[in-house]
Amino acid sequence: MEANGGDVARIRSELKSLKAAKSDIETRISGLEAQLRDLTLLNASTVSNGSVTGDSSCNHELSPDMIYRYSRHLLLPSFGVQGQSNILKSSILVIGAGGLGSPALLYLAASGVGRLGVVDHDIVELNNMHRQVIHTESFIGQPKVKSAATACRSINSMIKIVEHQVALRTSNALEILNQYDIIVDATDNAPSRYMISDCCVVLGKPLVSGAALGLEGQLTVYNYNGGPCYRCLFPTPPPTTACQRCADSGVLGIVPGIIGCLQALEAIKIASAIGEPLSGRMLLFDALSARIRTVKIRGRSLDCEVCGENAAFTQKQFRDFDYERFTQSRLSTAPSKLNLLPAESRISSRELMEKIVKGEPYVLVDVRPEHHFRIVSLPNAVNIPLSSLEARLPEISCALNKEGITDSEKGANLYVVCRRGNDSQRAVQILHSKGFTSARDITGGLEAWARDVDPKFPTY
Amino acid sequence: MQLTLEFGGGLELLCDSVKIHNVNVNPENGAAKLIMKDLLAWVRANLIKERPEMFMKGDSVRPGILVLVNDCDWELSGQLDTTLEEKDNVVFISTLHGG
Repeated sequence: MEANGGDVARIRSELKSLKAAKSDIETRISGLEAQLRDLTLLNASTVSNGSVTGDSSCNHELSPDMIYRYSRHLLLPSFGVQGQSNILKSSILVIGAGGLGSPALLYLAASGVGRLGVVDHDIVELNNMHRQVIHTESFIGQPKVKSAATACRSINSMIKIVEHQVALRTSNALEILNQYDIIVDATDNAPSRYMISDCCVVLGKPLVSGAALGLEGQLTVYNYNGGPCYRCLFPTPPPTTACQRCADSGVLGIVPGIIGCLQALEAIKIASAIGEPLSGRMLLFDALSARIRTVKIRGRSLDCEVCGENAAFTQKQFRDFDYERFTQSRLSTAPSKLNLLPAESRISSRELMEKIVKGEPYVLVDVRPEHHFRIVSLPNAVNIPLSSLEARLPEISCALNKEGITDSEKGANLYVVCRRGNDSQRAVQILHSKGFTSARDITGGLEAWARDVDPKFPTY
Repeated sequence: MQLTLEFGGGLELLCDSVKIHNVNVNPENGAAKLIMKDLLAWVRANLIKERPEMFMKGDSVRPGILVLVNDCDWELSGQLDTTLEEKDNVVFISTLHGG
């Protein structure tokens, strides 16, 4: 065992010093790459001025390297030199380097967008990897913007990649979006979507908007050539309960991948001025039935509060607008933390552990949906999903009796757990109203259990 | 009147997770035609199994739901007053925000 422990310590220390050396080398590499990029761009513009090319005659600004790199684009009769030249001169901002932004950024970089910006303030996590394919394991724990920019640069060193490692807010959105011709909304929440659309209207920028959840995706282009904006379609925000998040409802990794690719396509069409952008239409993708349908949506609404006839939505109004209040939800995707119960109706995961160790009888009800319970659960927990709790109260009485906990205690030693400690509070409110007046919830749910009691307990 | 109703973007969860419903709905009380307002009331009474507030608000659908009649936004056909015809396809889709 001791020898084993020594090995572990040695490996850890070696890893630590190797990682430090690696980080140092990476910094030097990106410095050199930046230098090289600037020199290449300089050369490219010199060559395209014509004098060096001598006998070859071309009336465009593509350097020999560019002609070779983008040759398959140039060979497309409907795209050709003009389409590629337009892309090379364009600037596109992708907001969000997640499930949608990953493929969008990869294709936009590969296709030669002259200046490609990326906004994100998150860091790369292990549970991103199944869909956020721009990131690699070695970037776990590092900013997504840095990871995405590195990937884009390794695909195409001839373009300029701009890193915006910030949370997009009304205070900085105008300044950032204004630097680009086309905006790609690859975010994951309702207030961001309203904020980005309004900002695009104020600045007069076309917006390529994509969304994905579960096994479905949606795509459209807003504020393009007299077409509708997001608010024309959705003047009133949906109730917060209708705004599901991938972190709660799940998402098949490839679904945002497909929508993100389509977003890149729409952005490329607008940038190169070819084809018909998806404005005034919406593409609906259903992965399970393998169906893509494109439907006609309303045009610009004359009554729209932001882009309508009499709308006077100014930059100042945009800066002062409270999108979190408007949508009743957070701009960041951090899960909400409810506080519905008094302290005496709650128990920490540590306290519960102590009671279990002491051998006190208890009944533990796990109110998560059944498919969550199947991922992982605490020993001895009974799964009664919140949605069916009221109908299954007799099961709880029965379990309490079996543990020898008498009715007079009205549910003493009855504990409720969920994933994060929100639904468990709602469940305890129901239990209290139904006579189980001593029921308590486990503060912070299974996430707190994993953090404070059993670090080996899986989280998801 | 034979209609195909489809629910998407999570709305199918309100009707037993079934996305496509082939239904037969007729105008009531001797009315000559069936309009979307009637259909919404019918859907709420016959297909929505839970949380009706996630589908409707007042007479209409809740904010954040797009209604498409034959692949066309119902805003373009008269919204609640849209007249339905035999074999029409009506889609109710909740807007997604995830990514």
